[in-house]
Parts: sequence; structure tokens; C-alpha cells
Amino acid sequence: MSLLTVDGLTVRNGTGTALVDDVSFSVAPGDRTGLIGESGSGKSLTALAVLGLLPPGLTASGSILLDGADMIRAPRGHGQVAAIVFQEPLTALDPLMTAGRQIAAPIRRFRGLRGAALRSAVAEALAEVHLTDADRIARSYPHQLSGGQRQRVAIAMAIACRPKLLIADEPTTALDVTVQAEILDLLDRIVTTRGTALLFITHDLPVAAKVVRDTHVMRHGRIVESGPILDLVSHPQHEYTRTLVDSARRFDAALKRTGRDS
Amino acid sequence: MILEARNIGFAYRSGAAALTGVSLAIEPGRNVALVGESGAGKTTLLRILLGLAQPSTGELWYAGSPLARPRMRDYRRSVQAVFQDPYSSLDPRHRIGRIVAEPLRGLGLGVDQSRVAAALDAVGLPADAAGRYPHEFSGGQRQRIAIARAIVGNPRLLLADEPVSALDLTTRVRIVDLLASLCAERDLTIMLVSHDLGVVAELCQHTAVLEHGRLVEQGDTDRVLGAPSHPYTRKLIESVPRLP
Repeated sequence: MSLLTVDGLTVRNGTGTALVDDVSFSVAPGDRTGLIGESGSGKSLTALAVLGLLPPGLTASGSILLDGADMIRAPRGHGQVAAIVFQEPLTALDPLMTAGRQIAAPIRRFRGLRGAALRSAVAEALAEVHLTDADRIARSYPHQLSGGQRQRVAIAMAIACRPKLLIADEPTTALDVTVQAEILDLLDRIVTTRGTALLFITHDLPVAAKVVRDTHVMRHGRIVESGPILDLVSHPQHEYTRTLVDSARRFDAALKRTGRDS
Repeated sequence: MILEARNIGFAYRSGAAALTGVSLAIEPGRNVALVGESGAGKTTLLRILLGLAQPSTGELWYAGSPLARPRMRDYRRSVQAVFQDPYSSLDPRHRIGRIVAEPLRGLGLGVDQSRVAAALDAVGLPADAAGRYPHEFSGGQRQRIAIARAIVGNPRLLLADEPVSALDLTTRVRIVDLLASLCAERDLTIMLVSHDLGVVAELCQHTAVLEHGRLVEQGDTDRVLGAPSHPYTRKLIESVPRLP
């Protein structure tokens, strides 16, 4: 049985324009699914709709079943089922709260831990995202951390309550390339060891190819093509997917050329 | 040589060094990439090259002699900049025509609407764009507007700070193509600050790698990216996600 089933999802704004248009897909436990698209494709709105977090003024129709809960008609707290990591960790974290307290909040609420047990759960969460010097990090405010450290803290918060589904919306776009590589490895390891399902949202095809297995390509609010990402990259069917693959190949080929010439 | 940084150092008042002994030459027709990660000193070096910050040590040489105050006007006419975020680099209250004409006004070149029209045409925007406002344009179009503003005074050197990082992949390809064709047609040389090595390989003939304020490696792009000699360069290249 699917963990997440999205069927005919349509998201409209106040004037009735469909920003997400008849989107259907499903994610089974342990799946790694990509939503790939450029600005305005509707990929991030789809993720917010799944969590019942659409901004005011937008209305969703169709159906979203998240672990049996109807997220459109009767959205309920999703904290223990699904969690999300956003692009910009500086805006995702509360600037007035230490990293340790922010990670503790969901653990206290959903796992009911207090005192020493809570403190050790926080330390465990920090260790799990490979933050060394966990004590110092826990006592730090977001502005005292680097971009990569912040994103690790955001990931630690997201996985602290052992969600069945982790949604990552452009989690590495704001990061340096070496840090990006580390964060992608980390996400890969977490979903592998825990069997967490991953819904990975990005505009970056090569990044998606590193972590997802199946993917949907979105454009103007619609899914234009779906399939295993390796097939999609080697034999894109839809014209838009082809354009995306060609664009990525351009820079890939330029980089490869430098290797050949020398 | 258009511009040469000779042994540039920059330290904050606290004494912390942001740049140490940076020497870099920009020759006509050879686009230079400045590669490095957050905190490496890329932006500080760019600010010095733009004359927005004074180096603590070393000097800039422009067209064969040290850059001194009397030559700044000439220098500013020859060097223009394009920044990363086209949503913050265009004044939302001004029409495109006025935005693009800004360097002509500021540098005393005389506001000539035909030059504005030619610049808009060169970046592939319709002539009627001049009468519209920035919010009417997409990110890629805004970056074209910023490029039109930079080239309107026919500079010799374009300092481009992550000009395509905020753009979608398909738009990125089009803007890189645009920059390459401007170089070919207008006798323009680009210094590109970028962390995107694919874009660097596509656009630049020379690559300099900056780490913790020092140039750890520089040379032909094919050599630096194809056969890197410094471990940091190797790490950067290995980190680039590649298509399967």
C-alpha cells in the first residue's frame, strides 16, 4: 500500500488559475521519488499541498492520502508521518532559538521526552546528521553556524521524529558544491538506513540523479513525463524533458572536454 | 593586458585577512573564471576590482600602468558589472529604458536612446521593453536587462558575479550563450565569478581557484579543470554532480 497517493491534485489561486493542474503520483514506503521542474512548474506547491501547508488564498482539489489521512478535506498534524526540509535553512530556523532547542521541540511534542532523555535524543539527532562537536552546535544560534551546518540542523529536526516520508525541497541549492555533495550523501544514507521514503524536489537534474530512483518532470503545473530517472536521462520522451537533459548535458560535456584535452 | 591585480591583499580592521597575495591578469579575449566557495574572498576581490574597496597591499594595473584616481573615470567606463540576483539589481520604480541608460548618465557619456535600443536588441529583448517595469519580466529576462545595462557603454571588461546561479537550467544555457556571443561580437572580455564549473568550462579560457583568500591554482581552464594540481581544485571537481 502506498504511503502517499496524490490523485488529480489541482491547486488554484484566487483568480481561478490552476498553478498545479491534475497531478497524480504515489510514493510507497522506502521509495525515492523526484519532482523535477523549473520556476513556476508547481513542484513546491505540490509538496506544500501534501503537508496541508498551502499558503492562504490557494485552494486544493482532487485527493491526497498521506498514510491514510485525507490532507485536503481533513488535514491533520503530519508531524509523525512526514517532514520537510526547505531550500534556505536560514529562513527555516528560528533566529532567536538555539539549534538544540529547535531540534528538541518536535521530539518533546511527538515523542514526549523530557529532561535527560530529551537531551540525549537531541545529541543523537545531531550525531545522526554527522555534526561533530554536537555540544557547541546545540548551544549555537543559527547565525553562528555555516550554511551546511544549518542545513544539517534542519535535517536533524525533520528526521527527529522518525517520519515515514521525508520531503526535501531544493535542500542543496543554497549551498556550496562541496557541501552539497556532503548533504546529498547524508540524505542518501539516512533514507537507506531508516527505510524512509524520500520525495526530492529540485530543478537540478544531475542532483536528482544522485538521490532519486523514479521521477516526475513537471512543467506549468502538470506532470509531463514520469519514469525511472536513468531511463528519463538516457531516453527522454517528452520534448521538455529533452530540453532539460540537453541543457544539463551542455555543461556536463564542457566539463568533460577539459579532461580530454589535457 | 586589460587589468592586472598585483599581489593584492585585503584585511579587515580586526586584522583578519580576506585576501593574501592575489595576482591575476586579465588579457583581452581571454575570459577569466574566479572559482571558490563561500568565504573564499571572491566578492572581496571583485569589490576591489570594481574600485568599491581599497586593497590593503598590492595594486591594480589598468591598461599598462597603475590605476590612480585621475584615471578612475576612464576605468569606470571600461569596466561594468552584472550581479547574481536580477530581482535586487534592478530598481523596481524605474522603467527599463532608464535602468539601461544609467551608466550613460553616470559616466557622462550622454543619454542616447539609440544606444539603449541597440543594447536591448543585443541581449535579445524587444524594443518596447524600454517602456516597461522590471516586475513585468521573468528572472532570465531581468538578467538580460542587467546585461544590457552593463554593455550599453561598450565596456572592455565585464565583471560577472554568479550571473546565472539564480536562473533555471534551461535559462542558464541561454544566458551563457548570450554572454559568449557578446564576447565574440563586441570585443568584450568577461571575468566570471562562479561556483558552477560547467559554466566556467563553457565560457572561460583561464581559471583561477581561490581558497581562504589565496589563489591555490590558476592557468588554462582545460588544464586546471582537466588535470588539477591542487587538492582543493580536485575536491571541487569531484563534488560536481554529473549526469549518469
